[in-house]
Amino acid sequence: MKAFTRIAAIALSVVFVAGLLAGVLAPAHYAKQFREDASASPSGKFLLGTDELGRDRFSRLLYGSRVSLLLAPCAALLSTLLAALIGGAAGYFGGRWEKSAMLFTDLFMSMPWLFLLITVRAVLPLNTAPTTSVLITFSLLGLLGWAASARVVCSGTKSLRNSEFVLQAKAAGCRAGRLFAVHMLPNLKPVLFAQFWISIPVFILAEANLGILGLGVSEPLPSWGSLLRELEDFSAIGLQPWRLVPLFLLLMVVSCFQMVISEKEYSR
Amino acid sequence: MASGSAENSRGRSAARRFLQRLVVFFITLLLAGLLGATLVRFAPGFGLSTEQLDTRLTPESVQALRDAHAGERNLALFYARFLGGLFTGNLGTSSSFKRPITELLRERLPVTLGAIGWGMVLGWLLASSFAASAWLFRSRTYDLFTTVLSGIFLCLPTAALAILFLLMRAPGRFAIALVVFPNVFRYVRNLLATSGELPHIITARAKGLGPSRVLLWHVLPPAAPQLFALLGVSVSMALGAAIPIEAIAGIPGIGQLAWQAALGRDLPLLVNLTLIVTAVTLLANWAGELFAQSLRSHAA
Repeated sequence: MKAFTRIAAIALSVVFVAGLLAGVLAPAHYAKQFREDASASPSGKFLLGTDELGRDRFSRLLYGSRVSLLLAPCAALLSTLLAALIGGAAGYFGGRWEKSAMLFTDLFMSMPWLFLLITVRAVLPLNTAPTTSVLITFSLLGLLGWAASARVVCSGTKSLRNSEFVLQAKAAGCRAGRLFAVHMLPNLKPVLFAQFWISIPVFILAEANLGILGLGVSEPLPSWGSLLRELEDFSAIGLQPWRLVPLFLLLMVVSCFQMVISEKEYSR
Repeated sequence: MASGSAENSRGRSAARRFLQRLVVFFITLLLAGLLGATLVRFAPGFGLSTEQLDTRLTPESVQALRDAHAGERNLALFYARFLGGLFTGNLGTSSSFKRPITELLRERLPVTLGAIGWGMVLGWLLASSFAASAWLFRSRTYDLFTTVLSGIFLCLPTAALAILFLLMRAPGRFAIALVVFPNVFRYVRNLLATSGELPHIITARAKGLGPSRVLLWHVLPPAAPQLFALLGVSVSMALGAAIPIEAIAGIPGIGQLAWQAALGRDLPLLVNLTLIVTAVTLLANWAGELFAQSLRSHAA
């Protein structure tokens, strides 16, 4: 199992580095249109062919990987911070604080994640600049994806609050802020790290769902979600099976994340 | 006598818990509806339509189009009116479909419930048969096969799964089964694996009881409460998956309706759908937990 995890970690690193170096590795800019080569098949010049606007699919895949792989962790960081803030405060203060925070959390969790995401994304402007659409999409993922993590953080904080070392620190006159920052936060780190890692593949998949439905990143900027929109033209997939490459890459990356996460969970 | 009073107090506390749960259920439902209404009301461009850009319209006609949304501008008033209508069975009129919402829901709710029902049954059948066979065979190769198979479906976006189903000319609603399957399979497999290590199971096997008998009589009954709780959670999974699947596969259910309502910023319809989706999710979770609790107390 460890060998598989190692391979998964290496594969993730390769895709991540390739995405980071998209500007260097990509043969063309993601928006450049080779009008004379529109809908071309894979060749030495265009490794994955071109789309109907003549844009190099391989270059778009590299740039798309950069957008998805850099911004999903940012969204995961935002959601983990929110979970730490809401769940941590609820667990630390307890009583009415905990009840109200958990009611708020239940409210978010009572709606299926995709329903909430699609509804909120659809009511926000869709015809925005590509960079704005990237910010809207990933901020939304971060802002709406904290609820499940907050529950875990709350229960972790609650058990820490009642632990002996915290009680002793309280008895020694340690103030609430210092108690939380110095004594509790370091012990919550493993929980927060786990929630951060678990959120990344979830957000990558959510962005892909939004992209396929046309609610993700705006053209011409590519992301895995917007690249998968090409699959909506079913009739062309049989003739151009290389259109499925972004789907296979997404499948591979999310699987690698799942393998690394399960190995981390087993080793804890 | 003592056991009778203990039973009475248990009954009272169960009734109190039920009432508390009911209150929380209604508060959550009201807040969810309000949240949905607030989001749409304060979304940029609310109340504007492309019709207003028609240069042939006179200023009076443009004003009339704006006034059509006047009743929805005051959020508190809109929500209070909506709740008042809800008690009399009037759910309002959809602004994008120009039809009574009750009519739309009557047409589409059975379609989605059917799709979710099929998806749940197939997903659970697949998941439980794979998990049970993995437990019975105890083969590393078979375990790897089931893990990889469920992993593939777990790592595919729901919308892409719907597209693949259309590509294979398979009914789109069955895609819901493949969303439910991997999540249920992984949980059930882990649950069976944990139960298999319990001392009474090891003793039963050591005494020579057949694996199927051990599974049916000794592993499944103690795991039943957790399975019922998972059943409730899987309804929420199926409902969430129904939205992109119905939108892509063109299934005229409430998933597609939610998608069209969101794009059309149809406030009355969206608030109703938010309430329905939240109610179904909460009720499913609640029913699952109630079954689990009653099984636990029965076993105790």
